[in-house]
Amino acid sequence: MSLEMVRERKKPVTPGLVVGKTIQYGLLFFFLAFFLIPIYVVLVTSLKPLDQVSLQRMWEFPAAIDIANYVLAWEKLGPSIGNSFLLVIPGALLAALLGSLNGYVLSKWKFRGSDLIFTLILFGMFIPYQAILIPLVQTVRELGLYGGIPGLILVHVIYGLPIMTLIFRNYYLAVPDELVEAALMDGSGIFKTYWQIIFPISIPAFIVGIIWEFTSIWNDFLFAVVLTGPDSWPVTVALNNIAGSQIVQWNVQMAAAVLASLPTIIVYIFLGKYFLRGMLAGSLKG
Amino acid sequence: MKSLKRHWPALALLSPSLIVLAVFVYGFIGTNIQISLTDEQGLNADSNFIGFDNYLALLDDPRFHIDVWNTGVFSVAFIGVSLFLGLGLAILLDQKMKAEGFFRSIYLLPMAVSFIVTGVVWRWLMNPAEGSRMSGLNLLFDTLGLDFLVNQWHLTPTWGMLAIALPAVWQMSGYTMALFLAGLRSVPDEVKEAARMDGASELGIYWRIILPMIRPVALSAVVILGHISLKVFDLIIAIAGKQIALDVPAIYMWQTTFDAYNFARGATLATYILISVAVFVIPYLYFTTRKDKV
Repeated sequence: MSLEMVRERKKPVTPGLVVGKTIQYGLLFFFLAFFLIPIYVVLVTSLKPLDQVSLQRMWEFPAAIDIANYVLAWEKLGPSIGNSFLLVIPGALLAALLGSLNGYVLSKWKFRGSDLIFTLILFGMFIPYQAILIPLVQTVRELGLYGGIPGLILVHVIYGLPIMTLIFRNYYLAVPDELVEAALMDGSGIFKTYWQIIFPISIPAFIVGIIWEFTSIWNDFLFAVVLTGPDSWPVTVALNNIAGSQIVQWNVQMAAAVLASLPTIIVYIFLGKYFLRGMLAGSLKG
Repeated sequence: MKSLKRHWPALALLSPSLIVLAVFVYGFIGTNIQISLTDEQGLNADSNFIGFDNYLALLDDPRFHIDVWNTGVFSVAFIGVSLFLGLGLAILLDQKMKAEGFFRSIYLLPMAVSFIVTGVVWRWLMNPAEGSRMSGLNLLFDTLGLDFLVNQWHLTPTWGMLAIALPAVWQMSGYTMALFLAGLRSVPDEVKEAARMDGASELGIYWRIILPMIRPVALSAVVILGHISLKVFDLIIAIAGKQIALDVPAIYMWQTTFDAYNFARGATLATYILISVAVFVIPYLYFTTRKDKV
């Protein structure tokens, strides 16, 4: 590499630039602390043995690491974590599958009024769920699904449809129409074309959609607290009850908070790229 | 190609979702409004049509006044700070910073956890106890000599909702940053280059050229943050339980419906929440999806 090329690429380093960069990194680290402080406190508190938990020393590192809190927290939270998995896995898969079919129709089989229908579907994404809560509870009760996990799955699938439809429709808009037309020429029907041509190339959208649904169903509180009973409480409701009771120690509460968020955090750490894509799709700009 | 033949299978494939959404979104909104116009109490009691009485009664209800104030304080603080922080962090990260991916991932991490977890954790941090029982952030401030920052958090009279907005900002400003960053990245480099050639300063480029270009992103962010703040519920429950000082319409609605079985009043509160969201979501959806068509 010749010297000129190097000089061309690098801006001259002036004192002003150094000061500017220092301030910029200083700000980045300041906000790093802002986002990490709660996480630090949770971890430190959750690892302290009971006799070391004092208000005055909550910022200190644990003298020795003790996982007894996690054992206690697991005893209280374990069943509801199981419930959450029973809820989230079918819920996310079903919502994504239906959203994919809807997105396919609304992108590749447009008909008169299909854009209006799409807008009407999207509105379901933005309604405050309070506005449907009373009729919802009455209906779930009439269906005999009140107080159990299947009812909650049904509700999450239904209210997940708008965002899933949006994610898949936007994904399929980028798929060339010729692919679908070629399959139709070969005599495939609408569903066969979906199954043989569209579904196999939808994996990235499915990852985005399933991660979105997994996270939002796992983190939901409102539907869960209204529609389930103690045996079917998912983790958010159980955690809130543990935290609300005066008897459970802070360090156990913090261990419970870690357990309750571990699945979604693991997904975020390993599939962050897809997680982000889903979040950006939520802004309609996908 | 535009024959009904072609559309039949498409409609057939779409119809299960359409029917379900028609009932569970639009039908239920209708039922809810219907209930709000009656005096329905409890599950099977008789009810009578009473027009807009419930709506008027709430306007005179001191608890509802607290709710409106609290939602206002929370929304202004939450949306304002999240936007400011989100945009600031996005511009910072857009300066070709080293380890950008690392900073971005940490800033976004809170998005992966629930409002309940956030609330439980921040309740521990924002402990308002004083003196020897001082803990959490107050203790940290005290130790660092930043005594003036020690405060009552959500127990502060009138302004307690500002303390609730803090964890909400913690959770959502990373998301706002991601929205803005995606917007900034969509501005072609040539635009910046051209402005630089014309002698514009770096700050000037952002202020006069890039920010106006990403105005739609800001609008999306306001809509998303706004509809979150108007229905804020679980975060407050997890931090403070049900206290009248920190009441919001969503909590009032929940209590009056499911604890007191006053369905009519619950439905009325729900309709007020819906209207407050709809007045800006409907125009937003209308204009965004219309632009999409091209």
